[in-house]
This record gives sequence, structure tokens and C-alpha cells, in this order.
Amino acid sequence: MARPIVVLGAGQAAASFVSRHIRLGSEANLHLIGEEPVPPYQRPPLSKNYLLGVLERDRLFIRPPQWYVEHGITTDFGSRVESIDRDTKQIRTQNGDIIAYHKLLLCTGSSARKLPASLGGDLPGVYTLRNLADVDTMAPGFQAGRKLLILGGGYIGLEAAASARKLGLNVTLLEMAERILQRVAAPETSDFIRNLHQSNGVEIRESAGMKQLCQSGGRVSGAEMEDGEEISADLVLVGIGASANTKIAEQAGLDCDNGIPVNNICQTSDPDIYAAGDCSSFIRDGHRVRLESVQNAVDQGDLVAQVLSGADLQYDALPWFWSDQYDCKLQIAGLNTGYTNTVVRPGATHNSQSIWYYADDRLIAVDAMNDTRAYAFGRKIIAADKHPLPEEIADPNTDLKALAN
Amino acid sequence: MANITWKMEDGSEISADVNDGLNLMEAATANNVPHIEGECGGCLSCATCHVFVDPDWFTKTGEIDDIEDTMLEMTDVERRDNSRLSCQITASPELEGLVLHVPEP
Repeated sequence: MARPIVVLGAGQAAASFVSRHIRLGSEANLHLIGEEPVPPYQRPPLSKNYLLGVLERDRLFIRPPQWYVEHGITTDFGSRVESIDRDTKQIRTQNGDIIAYHKLLLCTGSSARKLPASLGGDLPGVYTLRNLADVDTMAPGFQAGRKLLILGGGYIGLEAAASARKLGLNVTLLEMAERILQRVAAPETSDFIRNLHQSNGVEIRESAGMKQLCQSGGRVSGAEMEDGEEISADLVLVGIGASANTKIAEQAGLDCDNGIPVNNICQTSDPDIYAAGDCSSFIRDGHRVRLESVQNAVDQGDLVAQVLSGADLQYDALPWFWSDQYDCKLQIAGLNTGYTNTVVRPGATHNSQSIWYYADDRLIAVDAMNDTRAYAFGRKIIAADKHPLPEEIADPNTDLKALAN
Repeated sequence: MANITWKMEDGSEISADVNDGLNLMEAATANNVPHIEGECGGCLSCATCHVFVDPDWFTKTGEIDDIEDTMLEMTDVERRDNSRLSCQITASPELEGLVLHVPEP
């Protein structure tokens, strides 16, 4: 019998691994185990078209449920793994099942950070947005005229704000830092996105110190600010980041530090155990990074399938991201970690522009707002390790396509 | 509903009946068509659902907007006059019998 490969976690990285594995015609038996009771699905639409009710549930699934059966994959959706025994190369599920592995792939993902219960984080009416079940739980409450308070001005909070406005809710968003998107983007991008939300009727408060959530009748009723002001709310969405799901790896004695560190073939400190997607951290441009993105999940899952089939590859995919808010398409290529300066390039229309990130004279990333040309050619330029002068980029007459080719 | 056929470079084919309103990237991944990835879910950010439309069918698949036109510059296999991103083609009865050729990097 072929030597089994067990995949823990059934998100986008796992789906990508499984798809490539099947396409390569690999002989190893696959066993896919996920905590959520559904097959792998796309997460990005959860805060957007799925929350809006315009995308049916079935269309979220990356492969139809019967696809796994047709391809001879053993699946346990809705199953929790208790432990990994690296000496005997077995995992134990919560039900007490023992599953042997030849190679193990950890695609355990990340979890939304919750507000502590001492601040009201577990009150009814307080939500986080990460899983299908999260949205299924909160969506019925997203009704026109209700007041939604969002804690955190990152992508999840901002996308949810846009969806909530489309549904007719009144939205207030609190950001503790000086500006929204502070951790991930330059001030120019924050400014653009702030204007976008304000012009769509969202009240954005930055440098906002919240003391705690308040309750009334056993439900959340708003927030008390540090200066004593009270903001009333019918619903609260907590969007304060995510942390890597590393508990099972730590218990198994694998090295962990903000994710499960992997080498350039996604291998952990145990050569028979790989990690892919949100839960892994890897070296890029001399920095250890952990990315929460579809691109990274898909590309790492794909790479591991190829490596386990004997391919001689190294992970060096260029990161890219996207976010849709209202009619604004934000597309990002590269990683801006360690940037020293930025250049703004005007777009072709009044609501389009791009922000180009340099680390000294090296171009490392671009944020494009309603400017797919900047994104597409920026991605090509960065992938080709070309470094045009900032003044060339800033000049709207410069042909980006010519720089890319 | 429309019956859609994807042809591979080695001559093999996959055909499927696709419900109206689904896009042809979704239909391809649901039917395990190789090389159609659809990483971004159809929001014009990845260019991994590139197809060549059979020339007889090209105009029936609709207009290419500016964003799709730009993203076609990002495909792994270089675009041709009959290139489309299949997430931008929506199934409808008018596409009954459509043939798509799948580029292989």
C-alpha cells in the first residue's frame, strides 16, 4: 500500500496541495482532516459577497464535496486532532482514532483574535469574522438601520464596513493606532481608504482608546471610551488581527514562533512534517515573514505537493493580495516590509492611484487603487527584480508596460 | 444551461453541463480541468484562469473590459487575440457547445 500523506487543516492551502497532488497522479493515499464541518472553501468572499447575500454558499467551495470521493481522498471534515506523535508517526483524533502518516502537512491556518471577556468580548452580539460559520451566525443581524461598531481598521474590518454600508447599517469603526491600515500600508494608502469609507458614510475614529464594551439586557449595547464617552451599537465586529494556529505543532515539540518556521521547501524542524499557508513562517528577503493570504496558501500548498513528488523547487513566489471595498479595487503586489520611502503615481481617473514602496533604491511593493495597470505591471517589474527610479514611477507619462517588458 | 468543452494541448477533452450564471472558471475547477486555478476567486487579480476561445465563439463570450484586458498581460502563457479570463465568461444558453482551449505553461 502507498505510504499515506495526512493533511491537518482543510483551508485553501490544503485544497491547493490536494489538487496538485491529484493532478500529478501521485500514488500516496491522502487523508484530509479539518475542524470545520465543510470541505475547503474560499475565505475572501466571506466579508464581501457572501455577507451581502449575493454569493450562494455552494459557490464558496473550492471543489464540490463529491470531488474528494471521486478522487479517492479520505476526508474527515468536522474532526479535531488531539495530538501528533512524531516518534511513531501517528496522529490521534479527538474521537480516539489513530492515523499513521508517512508525511504530514500542517495547514492549520490562523484564528481571529478575540477581545478578552473582561472587556466584553464574549457578550452576545460580538462577532469575529474568519469562518463560514462566523458569517452564517452574524449575517441575520446585519439589517438596515442597525448600528454596527467595528473594532480594528485592518482589511477585515474595512471590508465588513463596506458590506455593512451596502446593507444599510450605520457603521462606526474604531482604530487604536494613529491610522487605519497602519501595520500593513503607507500613510497615503490609509488616507485613500479613509476617504473612501468616509465618503460612503462610515464614521472612522483613529487613535481611539476604547475602555470596554457595555451591555444591556444581556447583549452588547456599545462601547465605553477611555474619555468616558459611550458609543451605542447593536452589533460589534472585532477585527483585531489573527494569530497562527500552532498549538498542535507546539505540543508535538516542533519549533514555533509566530507561526511554524519552515525552510524554502516548506519543511518544518521535523523533515517528515511540512507546513503551508497562514500557519507557516518563512524567510523572504532576509526577513522571517508569516503571511495571511490566499496567494501564499495556494502557492505553498502547491509547492509541497510537487516537492513530495520529487520536484526540486524552492519557494520564492512574489506575494500579492487584493481587497474589494465599495467600488474600489485595491490590489497589492510584493511585500512592503522594511520600506524606507514611497512614491505616489496618479491613476487615469480621479479615484485611482498607486503607491510604490522602495527600500532605499529597490522597488519592493505597490498598492494599486482602481489601477490594475499599476498592479499588473508593478507585479511584473518587481518579479523581474527591476528597480525603476522613483521619478520615473511618479511620472504619469511613463509607460509601465515598457518598464515591465 | 450550456454544454462547455475544455480541450487540452494533448487532445484530451473535458465536457460539462454548466448552470446559467456560473462563470467558466468556477465550472472548470468544479470539473477538475487542469491549469485553470482561479486563485482570486474571479475578482481579476490573478490571471490563472486563462483560456483561448475557439475563434468561431469569441464574440459570443462578451466584451473584454479594461481590467481584464490589463490582467491578460499577466498570464503564464502569452495572450493571443482570442484570449479570455474564463472567470469573466458567464454561462448562458447562448454558449451551448462552446469550446475553450486550455493553455499549458
